[in-house]
Amino acid sequence: MYSDWFFILLFVVIVPVLAVAPMMMNRMMGPHKPNPIKQQTYECGIETVGDSWVQFKVQYYIYALVFVIFDIEAVFLFPVAAAYGVLNWFAIGATLLFILLLADGLAYAWGRGVLKWI
Amino acid sequence: MTFLTFLTSLTSEQVVFILASILTIGAALVVVTNRNLFHAALALMASFLGVAGIYITLDAGFLAAAQLLVYIGAISILIIFAIMVTRRMMQVSESPFNSQRGLGFFVAVAGFLIVAVVILQWFGGEAFAAKPPVAPAVLSNAVAALGVSFVNPNAFALPFIVISILLLAALIGAIYIAWPRQRIDPAEDEA
Repeated sequence: MYSDWFFILLFVVIVPVLAVAPMMMNRMMGPHKPNPIKQQTYECGIETVGDSWVQFKVQYYIYALVFVIFDIEAVFLFPVAAAYGVLNWFAIGATLLFILLLADGLAYAWGRGVLKWI
Repeated sequence: MTFLTFLTSLTSEQVVFILASILTIGAALVVVTNRNLFHAALALMASFLGVAGIYITLDAGFLAAAQLLVYIGAISILIIFAIMVTRRMMQVSESPFNSQRGLGFFVAVAGFLIVAVVILQWFGGEAFAAKPPVAPAVLSNAVAALGVSFVNPNAFALPFIVISILLLAALIGAIYIAWPRQRIDPAEDEA
């Protein structure tokens, strides 16, 4: 049974290597001669005014919350989609009801202006 | 038995379980001891990954996928969002302990002991012997079978719809509580 998961294990091993290796190669192979101009955040452009670690609006939290709701919806829809070939009309109706109820929530969020980036 | 013979006697299942447990517990320890809240949230994601590995050893593949999608993909993002909007992420370095750490340790150990004793009393040693075997045909078809039972009126069709109502209530409730009442000025919108 683990053979199904073996390729995920492969990802777990390979992905960190792929992420870390370019940085290590950069450090090992690149010349390292810092000077104050090179150390600037922007080589060209405008210096930041004040602290660049700004506090974000708390309202953005709602975006993440809406994302969680629809992520869970996707998790529940996935098995139904996997069984789609054997479903009857009742099943498709139930799935449509499931989607429509959550589309209601999306419509509410849209109507309240939650989806607008402020 | 030497350590080496112990290692070679392990089945692949036990190796996966031990590695997943080490990841889960180790990352969880980082979560509670790290002074940087953002790093603690990242370690929590690693801990969730270990729990997904334990689900795989329990033949609960869909649960593991849901754990990856929901906990690592969504709940962790929610937590990181919460850190992002409430405090300065990388600058705050405060002790993760407060005066109740002794009490918290005691409660955690007591909770573990109570659960362990109840399981041992109830199932005896059988709970730790081996998990019941599952036919490969069942495992390979598990997700589709779950999908069929989700929308089968004799199975979980009603809970399936109730879940969507629950999610809808959570969504609308969160927006109702957290979103400011007054409408954004239309003139401001245009600008």
